[in-house]
Amino acid sequence: MKTVFKRTPTLKDCPTHYCPGCGHGIAHRLVAEIIDELGIRSRTIGIAPVGCAVLAYDYLDVDMIEVPHGRPPAVATGMKRTNPDKIIFSYQGDGDLAAIGTAEIIHAAHRGEQITVIFINNAVFGMTGGQMAPTTVLGQVTATTPKGRNRTGEGYPLQISELLAALPGAIYLERCSLHNPAQISKTKKAIKHAFELQIEGAEGLALVEVLSPCPTYWRMTPVKAMEWIEKEMTKVFPLGRLKDVAGE
Amino acid sequence: MAGKITIDTERCKGCGLCVAVCPKNCIAISDRSNKTGYYPAQAGTDSALRKNDSCTGCAMCAVICPDAVIEVSRNSNNIVAIEPGRKDKPSLVRKKTKTDSSFSKYD
Repeated sequence: MKTVFKRTPTLKDCPTHYCPGCGHGIAHRLVAEIIDELGIRSRTIGIAPVGCAVLAYDYLDVDMIEVPHGRPPAVATGMKRTNPDKIIFSYQGDGDLAAIGTAEIIHAAHRGEQITVIFINNAVFGMTGGQMAPTTVLGQVTATTPKGRNRTGEGYPLQISELLAALPGAIYLERCSLHNPAQISKTKKAIKHAFELQIEGAEGLALVEVLSPCPTYWRMTPVKAMEWIEKEMTKVFPLGRLKDVAGE
Repeated sequence: MAGKITIDTERCKGCGLCVAVCPKNCIAISDRSNKTGYYPAQAGTDSALRKNDSCTGCAMCAVICPDAVIEVSRNSNNIVAIEPGRKDKPSLVRKKTKTDSSFSKYD
């Protein structure tokens, strides 16, 4: 018997605080595997967000920093400019990146900062109790939209990747999902490519948006949550590579 | 038995995603809870509920596991393992050898 799959060293050997079926666990593992595969563990600095993944520094065995809500792109800018040989990535949720941190991500992309952003989109504010986020899809029931999100009162879901695609400073934008093993493999390839661009010194921001389940606040079983991503969420957030300047 | 999975049942939170994705239907949720109060997933070989040893070691359960508690091994000599530090692309694919174009040794 030969071991073909085991826990990667960068993922610390400890249980996570995430709910059963949460996508953060999968995303953390992908990031850890990529860091090990690229051999950049000693020169990588990660930025943990405010949100459910606030304790990401307890799970990833790389240098990490915790910054105020929504500000990882601003801090990453400073870190990358002062330490250009380091690999800087920020790991942000949709409440962090698409709500309070919209200005930071847009301006970091606009300036073409050489950072990698992993954007976990689960369509709710998970940490604070499942309130509506800018990315909540129309009709979705949350704690603050008990009758479902209505476009007249609450507006449309915010499509950050499409928004950033208009900016020349963003060089790589891809939207992936975690709803089945095949998509998880695609997500891993996308995140790896985003890291590789930074390692090769590509001039611009690379962002990978990952559609991730939140079974607790979607009020579904983990398996149903995965099905909901595939059937409903991908209609609003279509999967695919939106922009790859280096690859064109 | 071509493959084998080992689940750390004390860390498993019983989300059931591995049970849903297993193509051979050889993972089951246990009827006994672990120390944290979750009913963990169990490999078919250990399960009294769903006795099944048809695991091929495809690792789909391990890929989707949010808690990274599944370790997969395969009973074959011509498989490239996923190892940190591997920079070439193939991960879960078989090594191509001159004598083994039809993958007949794969069992």
